[in-house]
Amino acid sequence: MSRPKTVIIRYTMVNRINHWITAICFVLLTLSGLAMFHPLLFWLSELFGGGQWMRAVHPWIGCLLLLSYIGLIIQFWRENLVRRDDIEWMKEVRYVVVNDEEHVPPVGRNNAGQKFVFWSMTFLIPVLFFTGLVIWEVYFGEATSIPVQRVAVLIHSLAAIAAILVWVVHVYAAIWVRDSVRAMTQGYVTPGWAWRHHRKWLWELASGQHGKTSIRKRP
Amino acid sequence: MSDLQSQDYVRRSASTMTPPKARSYEDQVAKLIDVSRCIGCKACQSACMEWNNLRQEVGHFEGSYQNPNDLSPDVWTLMRFAEYENEHGNLEWLIRKDGCMHCEDPGCLKACPSPGAIVQYANGIVDFISDKCIGCGYCVKGCPFDIPRISKTDHKSYKCTLCSDRVSVGLEPACVKACPTGAIMFGAKSDMKDWAQERIVDLKSRGFENAGLYDPQAVGGTHVMYVLHHADKPSLYSGLPDKPQISPVVEAWKGIIKPLAVAGVVLAALSGFFHWITAGPNEVTEEDEAEGERVLDEAEKTP
Repeated sequence: MSRPKTVIIRYTMVNRINHWITAICFVLLTLSGLAMFHPLLFWLSELFGGGQWMRAVHPWIGCLLLLSYIGLIIQFWRENLVRRDDIEWMKEVRYVVVNDEEHVPPVGRNNAGQKFVFWSMTFLIPVLFFTGLVIWEVYFGEATSIPVQRVAVLIHSLAAIAAILVWVVHVYAAIWVRDSVRAMTQGYVTPGWAWRHHRKWLWELASGQHGKTSIRKRP
Repeated sequence: MSDLQSQDYVRRSASTMTPPKARSYEDQVAKLIDVSRCIGCKACQSACMEWNNLRQEVGHFEGSYQNPNDLSPDVWTLMRFAEYENEHGNLEWLIRKDGCMHCEDPGCLKACPSPGAIVQYANGIVDFISDKCIGCGYCVKGCPFDIPRISKTDHKSYKCTLCSDRVSVGLEPACVKACPTGAIMFGAKSDMKDWAQERIVDLKSRGFENAGLYDPQAVGGTHVMYVLHHADKPSLYSGLPDKPQISPVVEAWKGIIKPLAVAGVVLAALSGFFHWITAGPNEVTEEDEAEGERVLDEAEKTP
């Protein structure tokens, strides 16, 4: 395949650093959280230096995740606002899953699936944070009544499972749609990638709506 | 506290393995606390401190004989004093020895995420194995009686062991040994129930029509039972739960949701894998690249 001469910057350095801090936190929280959720997975606690360390560190990583995700919200909320063309895309989602891009309506910078991931996490992460505070035994063990803590731990588990499911979708989509991972590691996509997956965004770029700075020579 | 031999276990927290139950022929033990014979001397409290070698920090006078004010990692049993004015306008001083009830179906054990941190022995005693405790506080949420307390020092959960170390060598619990009035009895659960019935008959003959045994069945019965003069209203005794049960919230969390959630995550990952090997990756073609370049070039030409 011919290597395109120009590339498009999709995620800036700040975007990428912020994303990967969030990702590392999320993975660590998933591992430690699942260890405390299901006995079959309790062995994962060894990755954190044993059960006591895992129990101690999990809430702190959770705090970091919230801060980090707030950073992502600030950077990405605008491009994730739901538009009319998202509904068109959703209607043709059966073509999306079989890679039949010809039948998929052109979308902007993010498609409805990406927006779903963004807004799901925007809802779930604060839910996890606040229910997590209630069950943070060391500092807030006496702050609320036991019945409140019981409800909090149930909501925390359900929200965590929902977040993990969304995360599986997110990770798989990044693997499935080739060269998406490079956008979040090296920051750029090719014009062909933009044409194939985010045609409206490419048109917007070409017409200079996002400034000329996002189109560069290939590094 | 004590970790007896694994073959003594009939239940083990966070474990999918079947406990051996090798000693299930053993008598189920029980402690019977007859509140009608209690004089509130706190000998049991002192004996508990002494045997387990625990000293609660000296606190403040709170206007009651109750001292310390609550259970703690260092207070495994506590005399709770309640003043109750009955329907005849007479004062009744209801004194209850509080501590772990050693449920037959323990909510703490059900909630615990750490394998083997909470166990139940063949004789019915529920014990915390401290070196496996991670300090998460799930046992606190599982317990229907508000018993376990998490230490702020070592972040482990503590409660009455029913002197499992003493019982395993044929001694009665320290509190039983110390009780001067025989208000605390210990033995086979069936014997304790028989003895309780005699006490209840006696109490009824003395005008306590509602006297009865507190052995709540919603938690499978308990290995610490009370004889109450007001068995119809257990909550009179410093908030002893009228109908204790493991919260349905905890049952849902540790019951159906646990396997469903794990299955859901596995299914999602497998769906991804099978999508990959059927639909395959979504790759950019040469035509796409040509089209993409064309769009950018055209834009460059039009000023």
